[in-house]
Amino acid sequence: MSLSSLTKPWEPMSYGFLDPSAKRELRRKMLKAVAVPGCQMPYASREVPMARGWGTGGLQVSLTLINPKTRVKVIDQGADDSVNAASIRRFLARVSGAPTTLDTLDADLIQSRHRIPEEKLRADQILVLQVPNPEPLRPVEPNMSIARQMHGDADYGRMWLQLYEQIVRSGRVMQGASYPSMVNGRHVMTPSPIPRWDVPKLHMAKHLTILSAGREKRIFAVPPFTRVEPLVFDDVPYRVEEHGQLTCYRSGAEGFFMNEIPQPDGSALHEISDSEYGVKHIRTAQGEPDARGETWYQNGQMEDTP
Amino acid sequence: MTLAQNAPQLVTAQPLLQIRGVNKTYGPVTAVQDVSATVYAGEVLGIVGESGSGKSTLLRMMNLEEIPDNGTYTLDLPEVTGNLFDLDRFERRMLCAKRIGIVYQNPHLGLLMGHSSSGNVAERLLVAGERRFATLRAKAMDALAASEFPLDRLDAPPRELSGGMQQRVQLAKAIALEPALLLLDEPTTGLDVSVQALVLDTLKRLQQERQITMVLVSHDLGVIRTLADRVMVMRRGQVVEAGLVDQIFQDPQHPYTQQLVHAKL
Repeated sequence: MSLSSLTKPWEPMSYGFLDPSAKRELRRKMLKAVAVPGCQMPYASREVPMARGWGTGGLQVSLTLINPKTRVKVIDQGADDSVNAASIRRFLARVSGAPTTLDTLDADLIQSRHRIPEEKLRADQILVLQVPNPEPLRPVEPNMSIARQMHGDADYGRMWLQLYEQIVRSGRVMQGASYPSMVNGRHVMTPSPIPRWDVPKLHMAKHLTILSAGREKRIFAVPPFTRVEPLVFDDVPYRVEEHGQLTCYRSGAEGFFMNEIPQPDGSALHEISDSEYGVKHIRTAQGEPDARGETWYQNGQMEDTP
Repeated sequence: MTLAQNAPQLVTAQPLLQIRGVNKTYGPVTAVQDVSATVYAGEVLGIVGESGSGKSTLLRMMNLEEIPDNGTYTLDLPEVTGNLFDLDRFERRMLCAKRIGIVYQNPHLGLLMGHSSSGNVAERLLVAGERRFATLRAKAMDALAASEFPLDRLDAPPRELSGGMQQRVQLAKAIALEPALLLLDEPTTGLDVSVQALVLDTLKRLQQERQITMVLVSHDLGVIRTLADRVMVMRRGQVVEAGLVDQIFQDPQHPYTQQLVHAKL
């Protein structure tokens, strides 16, 4: 037996860009993250042909999970057609041969920045969220060694101090994105910069969510059917953005998370943030068969989950 | 030994705090050597000594921030038994949060300078598990009022406050949960004399109203004389003399204590 018979023949590039050892590490860390919901697992974040902070964490997870049959959807701030989303989608397709899609219901793997799609995800879908700052304790405890101890002790009192300060200063909780949430009653995580609107979608969801921070080198996960409860005071209820009454000026859709488009006269128009859902809405209005799936919010209200 | 039913309370009462034979060395330096201390409920123990005499180390041990090389520490409280130095990090933190209050000389050690003053007090309650905003707010205001903090500065961050007010925030934080033991580490050092007198007044009033058990560390004999019932004189990590305040200050026995009392300006 010779050494060359044990090694694989030389290839110009490994499948899915990352080398097998990197993928193996990521898979192991993802399994660990699923085993301890919300707990941050450190991993050796690899170089990818993209700058840190542009979704390298999410990209590495996607590259590890992808196979030639995976249908990939990439979202940036709800839109499929922004430069970042289009580039990541094209890159994923190019290095893996995987088909791409814009339709949430059609996708197997969804990599997203800042939004969870409005249509309900199924048990066979995986959502990958890009995370800039994975540590919810950083604003209250700058020393990361102590922050890790605090996670170990479930010492989260200071997270409420942050909320207390916001209510004292502004009369309400001002945390707009990355709203700290308790996962499975044990670990507090920052659910990446998704708006408050999207946090209830993670609670007892059917799909697996993997959150990955490339620069900070941390992976954590929300497995299917896991409790995700935003931190609140007992006497101050959690409130999502008041977008329930807004209407999209392009599609006429109502009761979903909107982007505000300021107008020269000082007023503002609203456009549905989940662009593909808006497109489906327009197509239906133009007489095409209704391709819209079931949504988490109905008439601007989140349905009650157990 | 059984005690008579009608024995005076001081005799039958169990001491609240007992420290026995603690030693602490930092490399070649011996900070505390075979120190024992007893504090009864409702009394104020003063610890006096020059810089480096080990008095602050002893206080940090009482706050379980520092674990000595050996020795035992017991508090006569229903929820804890045995040597408190053996508690794990989690138990230690819960005990300190709920039962022990501390005021440091340097407010930076005890306060989050960028958060609001009421938030600093509320943090204590949050660590102990309070999760209602209205209650937090009310209790924080009560504690700040009790420590005579001007309530119109309620939400000002400590870094914008004067030294005396910062100490009052620390005090409010320490007494917010009605602790069994209040530790004061040079609470008035660094304040000017008139502010110092006001803060001491507040401490004295609190002690009388609430019968809080206090351990007060100071190098200022005046402060000790104003507040303490008993005093322990420390030098080079050892207790050289202990007794009632009047007794020690009027009739010091140990040469070092004599020197200390006479060195008063």
